[in-house]
Amino acid sequence: MIGIEHYVVVSAILFVLGVLGIFLNRKNVIIILMAIELILLSVNLNFVAFSAFLHDLVGQVFAMFVLTVAAGEAAIGLAILVIYFRGRGTIAVDDVNRMKG
Amino acid sequence: MIQVFAFYLFASLVIASGAITILARNPVHSVLWLILAFFNAAGLMVLVGAEFIAMLLVIVYVGAVAVLFLFVVMMLDIDFAELRAGFIQNAPLGVMIALVLLCELVLGVGAWKTGALQLGVASGMAQTPGGLSNTAAIGALLYTRYLFLFEAAGIILLVAMIGAIVLTHRQRSDNRGQNVGRQVARRPDEATVNVKPAVGQGVTL
Repeated sequence: MIGIEHYVVVSAILFVLGVLGIFLNRKNVIIILMAIELILLSVNLNFVAFSAFLHDLVGQVFAMFVLTVAAGEAAIGLAILVIYFRGRGTIAVDDVNRMKG
Repeated sequence: MIQVFAFYLFASLVIASGAITILARNPVHSVLWLILAFFNAAGLMVLVGAEFIAMLLVIVYVGAVAVLFLFVVMMLDIDFAELRAGFIQNAPLGVMIALVLLCELVLGVGAWKTGALQLGVASGMAQTPGGLSNTAAIGALLYTRYLFLFEAAGIILLVAMIGAIVLTHRQRSDNRGQNVGRQVARRPDEATVNVKPAVGQGVTL
């Protein structure tokens, strides 16, 4: 029978994959944003699994708020990416530290 | 039995597609694998009876966020090979940090399994009511106890939307929009002129 441990293991692996993605693709902001989405997905999976196994709906309500913040973060992040690309012609994050205009 | 099979199917697919998302050479493929990961995560959520969040995940992530990613990836003209240059160079540090994190998570779960760590007990204030579907139960909770949080989430989305529009909006100098005021204020006598040119001579306008 599937228990909470199985879900915890799956979401832990997904979380680690997301962190690994951030470190592997250090230059490509788009993949970094996708890795952050993976991390948020694993957190949501954890919330929903605990909510279901503890018979308490608060976890699912909270997962909804995490989803809201994730959507807002993706929108703002991609908007910043677009204007950054317009100004520089590249999206390499190595030289983001110079903020001249 | 079928539940166990479905769990392992969804779990292995979500992990595999998550791994390909971060390893794929082409970001368009990455986005598509991310979409597959979201679908399988939604399947995992359906398995524990959280249909509402699962459908929300499909609608919000697959329908909006992933398409937004796809849109941006295809809109920007980027040399992805150049961005991938440090991949092998970054790999040892990344794998090391991932392994450390994995060890920490395993230790945490192990401590919980051996009883050194106690899970909190549900307060019982938001118990799943019997006889109600998951969606109805969440709605009953969301519109009563969490009403203000719900509206705060709406405000967050509004601010994010306005922020994204303000950031990416640019005033183009070469567009010629309709000027309604000028159109309405135009009188016939300044718009037309009555001339009587002599034969063989043109009209200067």
